[in-house]
Amino acid sequence: MSAPLIEARDLRVTFDIRRASDLPWSTPPRLRAVNGVSFALEEGKTLGIVGESGCGKSTLARALIQMLPAEGQVIWQGETDLLELSPRQMLKYRSDIQMIFQDPLASLDPRMTVGEIIAEPLRTHRPKMGRKERREKVRQVMEKVGLLPNQINRYPHEFSGGQCQRIGIARALVVEPKLLICDEPVSALDVSIQAQVIALLEDLRRDLGLTIIFIAHDLSVVRHVCDEVMVLYLGRMMEAGPTERLFTAPQHPYTQALLSAVPIPDPEVERSKKLIALEGDLPSPLNPPSGCPLRTRCPRASEICASEPPTATVEGREVHCHHPGPAPEVQAVLAER
Amino acid sequence: MSEVTETNIPSGTRREQFAEFWFYFKENRGAVIGLAVFVLVVIAAVLAPVLSPFDPDAQYRDALLAAPMTDSAHGHFWLGTDAVGRDLLSRLLYGARYSLFIGVVVVVLSLSVGVILGLLAGWFGGWVDTIIMRVMDVILAFPSLLLALVFVAILGPGLTNAMIAIALVMQPHFARLTRAAVLSEKNKDYVMAARVAGAGNMRLMFRTVLPNCLAPLIVQATLSFSNAILDAAALGFLGLGAQPPTPEWGTMLSEAREFILRAWWVVTFPGLAILISVLAINLMGDGLRDALDPKLKRS
Repeated sequence: MSAPLIEARDLRVTFDIRRASDLPWSTPPRLRAVNGVSFALEEGKTLGIVGESGCGKSTLARALIQMLPAEGQVIWQGETDLLELSPRQMLKYRSDIQMIFQDPLASLDPRMTVGEIIAEPLRTHRPKMGRKERREKVRQVMEKVGLLPNQINRYPHEFSGGQCQRIGIARALVVEPKLLICDEPVSALDVSIQAQVIALLEDLRRDLGLTIIFIAHDLSVVRHVCDEVMVLYLGRMMEAGPTERLFTAPQHPYTQALLSAVPIPDPEVERSKKLIALEGDLPSPLNPPSGCPLRTRCPRASEICASEPPTATVEGREVHCHHPGPAPEVQAVLAER
Repeated sequence: MSEVTETNIPSGTRREQFAEFWFYFKENRGAVIGLAVFVLVVIAAVLAPVLSPFDPDAQYRDALLAAPMTDSAHGHFWLGTDAVGRDLLSRLLYGARYSLFIGVVVVVLSLSVGVILGLLAGWFGGWVDTIIMRVMDVILAFPSLLLALVFVAILGPGLTNAMIAIALVMQPHFARLTRAAVLSEKNKDYVMAARVAGAGNMRLMFRTVLPNCLAPLIVQATLSFSNAILDAAALGFLGLGAQPPTPEWGTMLSEAREFILRAWWVVTFPGLAILISVLAINLMGDGLRDALDPKLKRS
């Protein structure tokens, strides 16, 4: 088996939170936004990253493309550690990794035409490309993502959300990347448009052999799109594994809670289903619980959870819990689907 | 067919943008009047050699301090003559050239320097920001005319030095405005997107962020235009700006100071010229702000 396209080893992102009222010589509190995340993604596969708001999904994505300083390793094609590269060396790899953003309109420069926006990566990554060739390339990509070529001179505010996201996708694809990071690409869109954009992403993945990291908090979308899923909570991995197994037989109590919260489009079942509700609120990421971060809210928490951070492997997938195991009530609900 | 629509769309949207701008601009009657007066001043400046009845520097010794509307052997003095017998109307028309020239040069100078400093401060932050903005604060701490006086005193009197001094004093306003706009823009998604697209710092600063910060700068530029004219006139009046016999409005006022009580027209008309043109530009700037600031728009 060849080396994975991208592999993260023990990735950490920390922020120093300095408030204006702090004295300049005091040590600022540290926020561990991403804490020891590892994964390996093979070429052509799709990895889903799920979790509540503020669990570090977007931070993780930004760290992968060096938009934030991170510690650990990000191995590209089994050879290069992207985190060790200087910005100049990194430029070579930038065109291989492109990103789609959550808010389609905000991610497009309001003062540029669609043509200029889509051509921007070409200007920096293919500086030798002529004007005509560039325009031709932009047209091709626009067609590929379902935009009309005669819209090339319009401005972003003239487009709907779905179309803006198509422009964003076109911009990402114009340099023919190997890896596409989608940071909640559909959560700002209407449901009907969501389906279109996801279908588009699926088509593109099949046609171009793209590898995708798909960040979302909509579990049904993730189940539909991804080959593998990773569940994050407070910057830590909870459970990771192949999508089908993770969705049909979750081992980690947090995954179970997440899955049981997904609404079922049948009122009868929905009313009768038992929620595994986590108690309490999300702890402050500035001061996470010791040991297992979930322990303050976990129904299975015991003494060991407070002292040691869990690491475990169950049935070939990672389950970071001291008490892994299926939950019968969730199993029953999942069987209904 | 597609070719046709393609060429039509960009001009259409530009025209639409302008139409929208004009719609909001013409709501403000003062702004429209200001614009009209400003256009008149520009016409006067451009056509000064055609419009003015006399050479602005020609002295008619037999018509010293002639009252407005007096006929003489040389012709009709519409606005009278000054203490050495020069036609006031001609001098005012030529003076409009100086005022506009001062406005343009000062605004261009202070805008370009201020925008670059503000962009650097806002974009890089940290110690770059601290150093640049503290220097700006020092400049802002002085009353602007006083500081301009100091600069002129160091550089030596003259129109060029006066313009440089005024530009130096005004440039912190542009720097602050740019910095604030850059700070609010630089964390937006589209900047991140451009970075992911591989854009370097230069491209991000000038091509991505700067065009999105322009609206407040345009407004500040128009308002500074009138301030520049006013400050230059003040420096001229104090004898540190344009030197006689230049027909600059402030300098004209200064020369006429002694005759205020004997010949009212020698001070009134240059003063009125300054007042009217500065007022017109300020009104126009207000209208521009209302039309360009999306927050003030009623949808």
